[in-house]
Amino acid sequence: MIEIVHPGPMCTVQDHGRPGWAHLGVGASGAADRAAHDLANRLVGNPPDAATLECTFGGVRLRFEQASYVAVAGAPCPVTVEGRVVAGHQHPMAVPAGAVLTLGPPTSGLRSYIAIRGGVATEMVMGSRSTDLLSGLGHPPLQAGELLEIGSPGNDDVPVEFAPVRPTTDTAISLWPGPRRDWFTDAAHRALEDTAYTVLPTSNRIGTRLDGVPLERRVHQELPSEGIVHGAVQVPNDGRPLIFLADHPVTGGYPVIAVVDPADLTLVAHIGRVAQARPGEPLRFRWRR
Amino acid sequence: MTRILPCGPAAVMAEVASTVAAEALAAHLRRLHLPGVVDLVPAARTVLVQCDAPAHLAAVRAALLDPDVADEPASDGVLVEVPTVYDGLDLVDVASATGLTVDEVIGVHSDTLYIAAFCGFTPGFAYLTGLDPRLHLPRRPAPRPHVPAGSVAIGADFTGVYPTDSPGGWHLLGHTAERMWDPQRERPAFIAPGDRVRFVPVAGRP
Repeated sequence: MIEIVHPGPMCTVQDHGRPGWAHLGVGASGAADRAAHDLANRLVGNPPDAATLECTFGGVRLRFEQASYVAVAGAPCPVTVEGRVVAGHQHPMAVPAGAVLTLGPPTSGLRSYIAIRGGVATEMVMGSRSTDLLSGLGHPPLQAGELLEIGSPGNDDVPVEFAPVRPTTDTAISLWPGPRRDWFTDAAHRALEDTAYTVLPTSNRIGTRLDGVPLERRVHQELPSEGIVHGAVQVPNDGRPLIFLADHPVTGGYPVIAVVDPADLTLVAHIGRVAQARPGEPLRFRWRR
Repeated sequence: MTRILPCGPAAVMAEVASTVAAEALAAHLRRLHLPGVVDLVPAARTVLVQCDAPAHLAAVRAALLDPDVADEPASDGVLVEVPTVYDGLDLVDVASATGLTVDEVIGVHSDTLYIAAFCGFTPGFAYLTGLDPRLHLPRRPAPRPHVPAGSVAIGADFTGVYPTDSPGGWHLLGHTAERMWDPQRERPAFIAPGDRVRFVPVAGRP
């Protein structure tokens, strides 16, 4: 068991989500930065789909009832165990029984993942433990004082001792054409590539909202609701794009101009970079050619 | 005529002329059980197919463009019966707006075999096509802030059952005691896209 002494601004249980139910109106959800979630699990010898804690902007304090093996990945943040600073980021660490682990605010990025050997063992709903803020499925966002079960670890050895820190890349985020790209003017296509868009504070696990040059439409007819993919860049009537993240709605009635590449050839997950962008941070995009 | 629209590296969207055609196309793809298809999402004019890898898209595109797909409702869906007490708050208003009697509204609504075309709005809310044109009405001018789960309702050319308590702007004809949405069931939605649905009038509790 672990006790959530303090959940910080937003802490949820996440795994690989529940793909396959979109036809019933339930989105996939899952870790917003899948690569970071998987890395945290790998560092403690968990299978990649074991449930971790997704912590938005740190501020988390956990008490461990039994000795545990823990790793933190994603947004780098100061980690302490019993008040002592430890090399917690992307290093597995042994946390003794009764100890308190804290995550400070990240120095860059937004979402850090705490993997605990054995995985967080909240109730499965439709094949996943993920909290989906839109559908309300899964364990609700964590509250101070809650106790969470930890699963029993398998027999696998912990395979790695540390992971090299992924270099921060400031290259542009790749865009694939979206289903309604031809509903927008050439100027809109150029603006998306030539100007920066700033992350708005109203962003959440559902989507990253952006401010910048409004994207003008060429086609003004109403769009009947249609399916939406993870990473879709949707443009509401005010022309300010939003990029749908893990808890996105399964359908929507505004045109999708582009889709963020979920990965590129260097295996940097572009959608993970969007999920790690902080309010006020500029993002740059590039159409795939 | 089916148009194929791009949707990122591992998904594709097909656009067709009508909701019925979208449902027929979705049913065609469901029957094929193509490898690598993770999600198949019909909507009002489109079908979105999400694959787990780009390599599966070519077969999906070919299936979406198959000229032999009929533009008519599938007839092999699961038959779902919804026992319905016709006691809705809007039954009398619907009768007066359509020029029918209350009994005629109930008769017309329960005589039709509907097809669940797609889900939207909230998890498990299936839009059912086939509503008799005599019952086509615009939504209520203002949505109700609270419509109870199990409410049977009509809106525009659709009918459906509210799966959970929610706001709602459709006209309420009655209610069912069946649980429409339960995420812990093997079949979480009582009505899923492709199902054929019939409302069976039953007497309410005295």
